[in-house]
Amino acid sequence: MTVGTHHPDPVAPAPGVRPAPARRRVRLPGGALLGAVPFFAYVVVFLAVPTLVVAIGAFTGDNGGFTVDNVARLGEEYILAAFGRSILLSAVTALLGAVLGALLGYALVTAKPDGLLRRVVTAASGVLAQFGGVTLAFAFIATIGLSGFVTEFLRDRVGVDIYASGVWLFELPGLLLVYTYFQIPLMVIVFLPALDGIRPQWREAAASLGGSTWQYWRLVAMPLLAPPFLGATLLLFANAFSAYATAAALVSQGSPIVPLQIRGALTSEVVLGQQNLGKAMALGMIVVVAVVMWLYALLQKRSAKWLG
Amino acid sequence: MAGLIRRRARRQRLFRWVVLTLLGVFFLLPLLAMLEFTTRGGGGSFTLQTWRLLADWPQLRETYPNLSTGIVASLGQVLLTVALTLVLLVPTVIWVRLRLPRLRRVVEFLCLLPLTIPAIVLVVGLAPVYAWVTYLLGGSSLTLTFAYTILVLPYAYRSIDAGLSAIDVRTLAEAARSLGAGWTTVIWRVVLPNIRTAVLSAAFLTVALVLGEFTIASLLNRTNLQVAVNLLGKSSATMSVAVSLAALVLAFVLLLLLSLVGGGRRRTSPKETS
Repeated sequence: MTVGTHHPDPVAPAPGVRPAPARRRVRLPGGALLGAVPFFAYVVVFLAVPTLVVAIGAFTGDNGGFTVDNVARLGEEYILAAFGRSILLSAVTALLGAVLGALLGYALVTAKPDGLLRRVVTAASGVLAQFGGVTLAFAFIATIGLSGFVTEFLRDRVGVDIYASGVWLFELPGLLLVYTYFQIPLMVIVFLPALDGIRPQWREAAASLGGSTWQYWRLVAMPLLAPPFLGATLLLFANAFSAYATAAALVSQGSPIVPLQIRGALTSEVVLGQQNLGKAMALGMIVVVAVVMWLYALLQKRSAKWLG
Repeated sequence: MAGLIRRRARRQRLFRWVVLTLLGVFFLLPLLAMLEFTTRGGGGSFTLQTWRLLADWPQLRETYPNLSTGIVASLGQVLLTVALTLVLLVPTVIWVRLRLPRLRRVVEFLCLLPLTIPAIVLVVGLAPVYAWVTYLLGGSSLTLTFAYTILVLPYAYRSIDAGLSAIDVRTLAEAARSLGAGWTTVIWRVVLPNIRTAVLSAAFLTVALVLGEFTIASLLNRTNLQVAVNLLGKSSATMSVAVSLAALVLAFVLLLLLSLVGGGRRRTSPKETS
């Protein structure tokens, strides 16, 4: 999940490959441009137009004129609360996922680089991080749903009722648990390259100078790993903030978080004055994610210096 | 020094197994629970009925018509999205590298843009576009291909771009051109065979992503595997859990194959498996 940054050459040439002379003057014959037309046309229709529809729609009233009413309505209490819950959910799961994922990543790095363990865990991480929320929602319903495996085991054998104070799986606490489940593997994928960049020689150098393990971590590894760690955490935040499927499949009542509010606005478009509120909320989401990804790109640029 | 290294290796091994065991339990428990849930018969007995039904296609189609429609729709979407993504992206990326290097930044930016636009936001903007798609092509679930191609752009682009970075495209192309090859031949018969692994990896990632997609299909009122599973969850939880688990395992096998195929080149392109 490394996102393209805008430093001069993000695609580091492979060892032994002469980098192509990038600055060579190339005339742009009309014919050459034609070759890129299908791609650009496609991206305009299915990416640029939808984005513009959201951006323009957020400032369009029901009668088609310009208005800031929709955006102003984002200040209403229930929408602010939804944004607040979304941000809280994303922040908590991003932090949990980042810490646990970094530990798992480090455990993998100390194993054999091309071993089976690492391959299996990496592939599993890819699946669990990106395969989608509906599956995970069902996985947790089968685990700690009302008749789930763990629920029944704890109730019948241990005598503990995890739902003694209400069924929390289908509300915000449940989302926290399931989101953490897909954040950890994403962290593993995103953070592994940075962990791989830490050379064992540095540790040996620190040890040969008389440094203790603690000193090595505090003075060498941590400062190097801090920017990519923060960056990965931001990426996890954006990931959780954008997620929809898990919540849609799990939450049974109400719309606690923004994506579910947008669903509500989309499916009840007939309500007068609601028409473009969904677009305003969507624009709000874009703004939050854009800010987070911008910070991510900044951090990525910093760590690219030594990651090579 | 040697003793120190050995002691550290032992500590690392201990740390590795503690972390892997704890997180392993956390990650495997839901998957095992799914398996247990789908093999649970009446009165706590063990039964394979659900899985037998899942393997028996005609019977499955009769019992859960919506589910089988969803599975067929997803398979169609997978095939079309892989085809459209490769046809759209591979020639363009090669072409831009060879002939329009000044546009490379723009293409990269556009390809990575979908990462910053959540699917739930994209679907809001896609609704009017799909009104036209429905008008021109009908309301088939296969039309979701257009949106999915956008969703997979970042992943497919990074794979193909990493593949192209590992070879010297310009020299290859110049050599072929000097021998009289046309541009089509250069792309199709010279460059493409050299980035087979990258193209394959882009295709695998596309398969995994499309099989797991829910947001856009559900909100554009079309069907696919995930929409059908979600719908089925309300009436037959056991079957929907079984299908979820089967799809998850399928995606895992695909990605594991991908890591074995692309494993030899991990050093040069670590981005590829992301």
